[in-house]
Amino acid sequence: MIPEPTLSHLKDRIAAADHPRELVVDVMFALQEHYGYLSDEAVETTGALLGMSPLQVEELATFYTFLYREPVGRYVIHLCDSVICWLDGAESLRDHLCRKLKIEMGRTTPDGLFTLLPVCCIGYCDRSPAMLVNRKVYGPLTPEKVDELLEKLKQESE
Amino acid sequence: MSSQETKKYPSVLLQNRHPDRIATLDEYRRSGGYEGLTALLGAGNPKQAQQVLLDANLLGRGGAAFPAGKKMMTIAENAPFPRYVVCNADEMEPGTFKDRVLIFADPHQLIEGIVIAGYAARASHGIIFIRPEYEQAARIMEREIEVARSEGLVGRNILQSGYDMEIVVHRSGGRYICGEATAQINALMGVRPNPKQPPPYPTTKGLWQRPTVVQNVETLCCMPHILRNGAQWFGSLALTENGAGTKVFCVSGRVERPGCYELPMGVPLKEIVEVHAGGIKNGGRFKACLPGGASTAFVPARLYDIPMDYESLKQEGFRLGTAAVMVFDHSDCLVDATVNLLDFFARESCGWCTPCRDGLPYIRDLMKRVEAGRGSTETIEKIETMCRHMWSAYCAFAPGAVSPVQGLMAEFKDEVMAHVEQGGCPFK
Ligand SMILES: Cc1cc2nc3c(=O)[nH]c(=O)nc-3n(C[C@H](O)[C@H](O)[C@H](O)COP(=O)(O)O)c2cc1C
Ligand code: SF4
Ligand code: FES
Repeated sequence: MIPEPTLSHLKDRIAAADHPRELVVDVMFALQEHYGYLSDEAVETTGALLGMSPLQVEELATFYTFLYREPVGRYVIHLCDSVICWLDGAESLRDHLCRKLKIEMGRTTPDGLFTLLPVCCIGYCDRSPAMLVNRKVYGPLTPEKVDELLEKLKQESE
Repeated sequence: MSSQETKKYPSVLLQNRHPDRIATLDEYRRSGGYEGLTALLGAGNPKQAQQVLLDANLLGRGGAAFPAGKKMMTIAENAPFPRYVVCNADEMEPGTFKDRVLIFADPHQLIEGIVIAGYAARASHGIIFIRPEYEQAARIMEREIEVARSEGLVGRNILQSGYDMEIVVHRSGGRYICGEATAQINALMGVRPNPKQPPPYPTTKGLWQRPTVVQNVETLCCMPHILRNGAQWFGSLALTENGAGTKVFCVSGRVERPGCYELPMGVPLKEIVEVHAGGIKNGGRFKACLPGGASTAFVPARLYDIPMDYESLKQEGFRLGTAAVMVFDHSDCLVDATVNLLDFFARESCGWCTPCRDGLPYIRDLMKRVEAGRGSTETIEKIETMCRHMWSAYCAFAPGAVSPVQGLMAEFKDEVMAHVEQGGCPFK
């Protein structure tokens, strides 16, 4: 269940909106924050809050890059694979990450810490190759910097 | 060219840029900020703003280069209210990061631009549509909107003029097509963000079926300066007859100093790369660039001196797009780069229409075959035919997607053919 404060905050915002549906992405983000991903229950709750059918919500949930319909790790790594990062070695960085985390792209480590996903140009081509970890940007990256960061995140989570 | 010579250009949009922090309201005001808006509200004539934007030849900086004044003028006098201004801060075109830099440099410049556009369109609501990667920028805007509100620059009765305008930040869930104006309007309404072919145009029936002006961040940022200093001044900033204003070029790829450079419209490509971005790195040679994001065609070295403005590029068959200059050097395989670009477009196709949804992955696969040395002249003909089909897709996404492919075929056919003839990539 969603905690009451979160729910009532959302309800207040929805009541104040001219068109409740304009808040659908915000609501999905808030519920995703709570569940860790956009669970079936979150899809239904979103629909109930905004007067949308679960299918209408699903149509959006599966469309957007930053909404996850499956469980993800505590740290979601989005590695940019668009052209500038690609020129600057995004592919070898990807291989490095896969090797380090012992997972393929699109997977989550068994300890539930890291999910590795490709992403389109994140608007930091002046810092290529770049990636996001929980939407925070890192770059320009080298394998060494990636290792340091992974180590730091692991420690933080302990 | 010496570094001193490069100093001669006036900095307008980025004049308050600091390396480590955003400009405050006070700093913005000291540089003339909110003077344009004050004068406009004092004169009390929205049409005057429309006219000066038109006279200034302010072309949309989001890629399509549509005249901003003209867009405002298409709103009928008796069109219904409320009307909306949508600030397009989606900035998902690969290679483009100027809107982020503009927001971080001087958020009040954007706020003033939105209020000016709002007044010109007689809109009461401003919405900043921002990509999720720019969460920090979204927070900056929310905070500075409140600062502006406390100073009577946003909200009710702006500067005691009787004009009301609210500005809110809308966070996207993240998808390239949301940058396209009609898709963005759908996204704002909480429906699947497919594009919608006009007519009706958004200025007639946009957000919630009401007149809506969608403008790029940089376009809006130009507005305060035009209102304050006049259309003629704006025109005089450009180096070329047809250009107007400055342009924030985002330079990336094989250059020494990737970054955002505000330069006069019409500055030669070569100067952007060799002087401002520090030249090609590691002693490389300029081979080509995509002049305005992934949806533009490769500009070859023979056009290295081309003035970078909308008209000059158009005359040579190119587009300035977002002015995201992505530079490739002699060691880069442009066939391989095109495969990467097609990967992007195939992934980001919204899936609404068949030519794009099915055609792009097909073109990508054919191109991959060529890159791997398994292509033939028939493969290449097939690619060219498929590219032409993309022009019958539902929105401008698909023609944009094949722009680099068609450019590759037009300017770098030898390189493509070398893959076929050698049975492999000559760069590997
Ligand atoms: C596929 C596609 C993606 C687009 N992405 C953006 C974008 O990210 N930002 C933007 O300002 N304009 C983008 N545009 C252009 C918008 O449709 C629209 O022309 C622009 O926002 C209008 O503002 P302007 O006239 O100030 O440029 C895109 C267009 C297409 C076809
Ligand atoms: S051209 Fe592509 S992006 Fe545009 S509507 Fe068709 S499928 Fe969607
Ligand atoms: S290409 Fe990776 S951030 Fe732009």
